[in-house]
Amino acid sequence: METVGANGEGCTFPALFLENSERFGTRRVSIREKDYGIWQSYTWQEAREQMRDFALGLAAVGFKRGDRLCVVGDNRPQLYWGMMAAQCLGGVPVPLYQDSIEREMQYIVEHAEARFALVEDQEQVDKFLGIKPQCPKLECVIYKDPRGLRNYNEDFLLSFESVQQRGRAFGAEHPGFLEEEIGKIDPDDLAVICYTSGTTGKPKGVMLSHRNFIETTRTFLEYEGLNQEDTFLAYLPMGWIGDFFFSFGMAIVGGMTVSCPESTETVRHDLWEIGPTFFFAPPPIWQSLLTTVMIRMEDAAWIKRKLFHYFIDLATGQQKKRSRGERVGLLERLLYQIGNLLVYAPLKDNLGLSRIRIAYTAGEAIGPEMFDFFRALGINLKQLYAMTEAGIFISLQKSGEIKSDSSGPPVPWVDVKISGDGEVLIKGPGLFKGYLKNPEATREAFEDGYFKTGDAGFIDHDGHLKIVDRAKDVGKLQDGTIFAPKFVENKLKFSPYIKEAVAIGQGRSHVAAMINIDAQSVGNWAERRHLAYGSYTDLAQKPEVLELIEQEVRRVNQSLAEEDQLKGAQIRKYLILHKELDPDDEEITRTRKVRRGFVAEKYKDLIAALYTDADHVQTEAKVTFEDGREATIKADLAIRAVDANA
Amino acid sequence: MSADGRETVLRVDHINLSFGGLNALVDVSFDVYKSEILAIIGPNGAGKSSMLNVINGFYHPQQGAITYKGVTRHRMRPHVAASQGIARTFQNIALFKGMSTLDNIMTGRNLKMKRNFLLQALHWGPALREEIEHRKFVEQIIDFMEIEAIRKTPVGQLPYGLQKRVELCRALATEPELLLLDEPMAGMNVEEKEDMCRFILDVNDEFGTTMVLIEHDMGVVMDISQRVIVLDYGRKIAEGSPDEVRSNQDVIDAYLGVSHG
Repeated sequence: METVGANGEGCTFPALFLENSERFGTRRVSIREKDYGIWQSYTWQEAREQMRDFALGLAAVGFKRGDRLCVVGDNRPQLYWGMMAAQCLGGVPVPLYQDSIEREMQYIVEHAEARFALVEDQEQVDKFLGIKPQCPKLECVIYKDPRGLRNYNEDFLLSFESVQQRGRAFGAEHPGFLEEEIGKIDPDDLAVICYTSGTTGKPKGVMLSHRNFIETTRTFLEYEGLNQEDTFLAYLPMGWIGDFFFSFGMAIVGGMTVSCPESTETVRHDLWEIGPTFFFAPPPIWQSLLTTVMIRMEDAAWIKRKLFHYFIDLATGQQKKRSRGERVGLLERLLYQIGNLLVYAPLKDNLGLSRIRIAYTAGEAIGPEMFDFFRALGINLKQLYAMTEAGIFISLQKSGEIKSDSSGPPVPWVDVKISGDGEVLIKGPGLFKGYLKNPEATREAFEDGYFKTGDAGFIDHDGHLKIVDRAKDVGKLQDGTIFAPKFVENKLKFSPYIKEAVAIGQGRSHVAAMINIDAQSVGNWAERRHLAYGSYTDLAQKPEVLELIEQEVRRVNQSLAEEDQLKGAQIRKYLILHKELDPDDEEITRTRKVRRGFVAEKYKDLIAALYTDADHVQTEAKVTFEDGREATIKADLAIRAVDANA
Repeated sequence: MSADGRETVLRVDHINLSFGGLNALVDVSFDVYKSEILAIIGPNGAGKSSMLNVINGFYHPQQGAITYKGVTRHRMRPHVAASQGIARTFQNIALFKGMSTLDNIMTGRNLKMKRNFLLQALHWGPALREEIEHRKFVEQIIDFMEIEAIRKTPVGQLPYGLQKRVELCRALATEPELLLLDEPMAGMNVEEKEDMCRFILDVNDEFGTTMVLIEHDMGVVMDISQRVIVLDYGRKIAEGSPDEVRSNQDVIDAYLGVSHG
């Protein structure tokens, strides 16, 4: 592996891209996209020509050094070339989430002072037409797909092809222009500005340099043993740093082939056709894969169902043994091989995961059952902890040292320490260069040269990093025990019967929880037991259901008791809510995060009751229907007490 | 030519259609101009579907004439209409349920295939090349109508709204000049309706296809059509822009009923 030259050679993305195109030429595919039902491939040579024409075209329409190019749309080769083209000219790409609404886009376009935007289609063009009057700096919008744009006559709208055409003319007049521009890029110039989603306040533009990325990517590839034979499906939102890392950065540094799906709805099928060798998905996607498998198995013939359950139980059993460090006997291993032939291999093939060497998940906690399921199939699923500001990875599970509830040991190139308040602090070569136009926030984000992640966590006795919650949400009980609400809630939510949970305990004598049952699975459970029920509220208060949930709470307490740092924060009281927490009632966000402040205020009578000796509480709640009508639900909720484990 | 100089694609001239003693259409006349979207509305049994069936030659009117692209005809048969560029979709979806979306749309290309049956069956030589050409065209429609994800799915398994979209794709595969849509949004939810509206407008925009559609949802009609014709008991009672029709007293009476007292 080459090292980074002192003069910056091989240390900027455009330079590496040119190197790859020289090296691989027409022999290897750089990027492919499924279009009109066929995988259309671009070799490195072709990709270079496409990118060059667009870069020259950008220059021809006035793109200058330091300019920013907003990029919005589904994963398309043209958009990736656009990002590269901006970099070639000494500019910076600013990828945005394609499902952002106008107001969100306007903020970023204005804040980044972008003069140019490259968008996918009419949907995005419409948004830009809407925000154009409020963004005086925005000069030119380039679109990739002309569908539906026939009657758009705005002169600042250009098609991708027309820009490329201008590029070819410009290139003929200015030979050697692009090479010269690429030579001028400094490894410390910005490679990308990624806006963080901003759960608190306005999004912040995280500035990352070529050097940040290329160094960490090289180390990462070596660490994980990934190389140019590996391939990836580019289906993650382009506005997210992860996509920039995997589909752009890693592909260029590693010389890998990236495949763009035909549309968001076809991802599953395209995954199956491509059979990537590594794969990243946040827990909800793994969850939906698992759910589809389970539902389809329920509909299968009984013999298949029996076979499936027998071998899956066998595999997860072995998986659990292995993660406890126990030996798996010869007979069991033999049975596993038979299972592989009959169940695991066909199932993996069906999911499009048969060639996977490494799969990752991150973003939020993944349920141990789900995690074990995929690992048991023989998919090397690993958890990692990453952050935009960190130039992505902070910790990563090592193959062979997997635990379902940690995010692995810190990666060797990042220095991790835990502050006095339990906050995770990091330092390393990938660390960002600051927030765009926000020196104050940048200053606040650092402490003695360490970046404050804002996450609370600890390093366990195996040296693995465990993230428990956002630092600002972590509180203390009256007696000073650390209490991380989300950590407790996640453990509750791993139960198939619990949909949402709110843990309370800040400054209180003990931890209490308000729980939402999962209407579908609990309903199903009740039916199988011939338990008649009317409404959700009725089901939630059945003594049998309370008993069912109590077992789940006990299970959570047991696992909390295993962590020295958290054993004091076991759940002592709980109740089941009479209505589902709903974004329409503003109790949770659209991305299903509990809005603690709001919930605490709205249910203050229930919370108060949880800290008395009462065994039930009367309440009424307002619900909002989808059409805006409101109604009141009255209910009498049982309060249950649970013993803590020692 | 119309008053504002637009080319007339189809002229419906004093059509009378009856089934035994039942007068389905009584002296109906109107023009359809090039590249417009014309809506035919009216209460149940007003003769809307009959009108479409007359246009594409499925029903034969007792009196009156249809002039299509300057040629007046008294009798027309559906397959001839199709080969002249008139395509239609049906109120109760008429797709081949067991066939995939792709195959269903390919059937729309049948009229355009020149190679003989034997060569097609052998899937060889010129027939194969021809099929590839047609497949390319169909793929463009699939892309345009955003149904990539259901390309290989048997249409019988698709939700209703998507089946309607597939039916529209098949009609588009014939490269129609005049597209007749019989209740394209019937039975759809609000989101499906919005999608369908967008596709109809896009098709009109992109290919300049002339469209005559029957629709019950007044919101849809007002949104997408440039002109509206109202039928009641087989007679045309109004014609004009959506706004004109909406404020027409006869139309209001036909829809809400009128007190006879």
